[in-house]
Amino acid sequence: MLAFIIRRVAQALFVVLAMVIIVFFGTYVVGDPVWMMVPGDATQDQIEQVRREFGFDKPVHVQFLLFVADVLQGEFGRSYVHGGSAIGLILDRMPATLELALVALIFAVVIGLPLGVFAGLKPDHPAARTIMAGSILGFSLPTFWVGLMLIMFFSVMLGWLPATGRGPTTTVLGIETSLLTLKGWQHIALPALNLALLKISLVIRLARSGTREASLQDYVKFARAKGLSPKRIVGVHILKNIMIPIVTVLGLEFGSLVAFSVVTETIFAWPGMGKLLLESIQRLDRPLIVAYVMVVVLLFVTINLIVDILYSALDPRVRLAGKNE
Amino acid sequence: MTRPVLEVENLATHFFTREGVVKAVDGVSFSVGAGEVLGIVGESGSGKSVSGFSIMGLIDPPGKIVSGSIRLNGEEITARDEATMRKVRGKDLAMIFQDPMMTLNPVLRIDTQMIEAVLAHDNVSEQAARSRCIEALSMVGIPSPAERLVAYPHQFSGGMRQRVAIAIALLHRPKLIIADEPTTALDVTIQSQILAEVQKLCAETGTAMVWITHDLSVVAGLADRIAVMYAGRVVEEGPVERVLENPQHPYTNGLIGSVPSANPMGQRLRQIPGSTPSLGRLPPGCAFEPRCAFASDLCRQQRPAIGPDSGGARVACHHPLSRARAS
Repeated sequence: MLAFIIRRVAQALFVVLAMVIIVFFGTYVVGDPVWMMVPGDATQDQIEQVRREFGFDKPVHVQFLLFVADVLQGEFGRSYVHGGSAIGLILDRMPATLELALVALIFAVVIGLPLGVFAGLKPDHPAARTIMAGSILGFSLPTFWVGLMLIMFFSVMLGWLPATGRGPTTTVLGIETSLLTLKGWQHIALPALNLALLKISLVIRLARSGTREASLQDYVKFARAKGLSPKRIVGVHILKNIMIPIVTVLGLEFGSLVAFSVVTETIFAWPGMGKLLLESIQRLDRPLIVAYVMVVVLLFVTINLIVDILYSALDPRVRLAGKNE
Repeated sequence: MTRPVLEVENLATHFFTREGVVKAVDGVSFSVGAGEVLGIVGESGSGKSVSGFSIMGLIDPPGKIVSGSIRLNGEEITARDEATMRKVRGKDLAMIFQDPMMTLNPVLRIDTQMIEAVLAHDNVSEQAARSRCIEALSMVGIPSPAERLVAYPHQFSGGMRQRVAIAIALLHRPKLIIADEPTTALDVTIQSQILAEVQKLCAETGTAMVWITHDLSVVAGLADRIAVMYAGRVVEEGPVERVLENPQHPYTNGLIGSVPSANPMGQRLRQIPGSTPSLGRLPPGCAFEPRCAFASDLCRQQRPAIGPDSGGARVACHHPLSRARAS
């Protein structure tokens, strides 16, 4: 198990290195950042001075090494717009986004899994057909439109839930969270549901096909022949088998939840890093964009790592393969 | 005379498919006494496995037991609801499946899968259940059972997995075990080990057994009685020596003739001409008639009923071979 983890960590580091290279050269070719930093009426001397100050006059490989050195120290420069450290701004906003993505993920599992398993066990039941039709809607409707409809319905027409903002937060172990108050949950419910809709549909489909496949397997028939209760057969024998693909996909999708939150955060004015990114792109705030990309890369790599480890915990055959190598 | 453990009478299990009703099992009767092994033989699609699953009450829609009676220790079990049937399954009635690679859940440890089988029927502590599992594993010849118990199925060979499945079947000392081709997926040496093991266990515990197979040589060494099935019906049934040495039904005769060892060296295997009829469209007369060398007009018009013959067996044929040979 330890060797397995070490090997995966090494692979992850390679991915991060590759991304550092791509991010650096990606931003390098976009254009001379000096023009965004100096006022429009700056003289050639002033421009040259800024260029020297930021090291843009040095050769590419030197600039790259300096960039890597900065990244290793967790330094991405200062935001042109906000003035503060770019990475600091991102990290300030990150808990809000992660919280939103996490709640969306929980919604996806808690709502999607039972519906999908039910649809898989009774594929011809009218309720199962309704669930599957609903999942197609969940896939097809655009996030921003659903978000607006949710606001329209629950906030404007019914007035049950607030439409914007994060609500009051409490600080636990240095992390701000809104999940400890009822008011906070009221605020997060709509954006999380909006963000989760696609994932709920995904989980329903995965759980349904997995259940249908598993329930035809001999081991399910054998479990029935042992006289086990349906609850145990579904809850242990089937569920543990279908969780393998679901955990894999959801782990990978957690990254896309963070990425998709750009849209949801904008609609619900959720103060997360997705909203910050959109503002930064509009204002060409390069250090912020670079810092955001690097944070997301790290997030994805970490998630993949955790998924791999979880996967080996769920499926003993993966562990064995690692041992034999 | 003591009552047989299992009595199956006129069992009919049909599958209601879009293409029509498939009569997978159509009027099958047999019985098994305590400690007795009944071999059910037939080719693929003859209804052997469906008979086994019908007894277990594991027929899923579109299949359904449409008529007949299955009595376990004299008690009718076809009419039982799922919850009552569940109490019998695994306790009085156990089943061993064909493919040991598929019967154990790949993601659960052996102890999980065995202990749950104990706890499904007996209210004992987990510790007691565990020691019973270890006992069962050592009974089927698994070395160092306590360590093997915490392994996963993929860490076992096919033969070992089948032994685990047999151990699970034996956990509650069932009255009857239905073995659905349990040695087909195994190689010959493992097959003979398992056969010897099973025979010994049945004799020791007095468990009755229905052994479903298409391999005549397996039943020859194992079974006390044999039932030959063709197209959802039993065509010949009787003591194993009588049926194998003096087959009355042309189909049984054909099956025996197609066993390689029964053929002279260097000659082509004798095979039964034609193939099994589609169960959805059976001829009105004898189902074997199109492939039978002795078929007459009577065979085409009237389905032969199964009836006793002189040697303590039953046969369903208008022209049993002993008479055909005599005439």
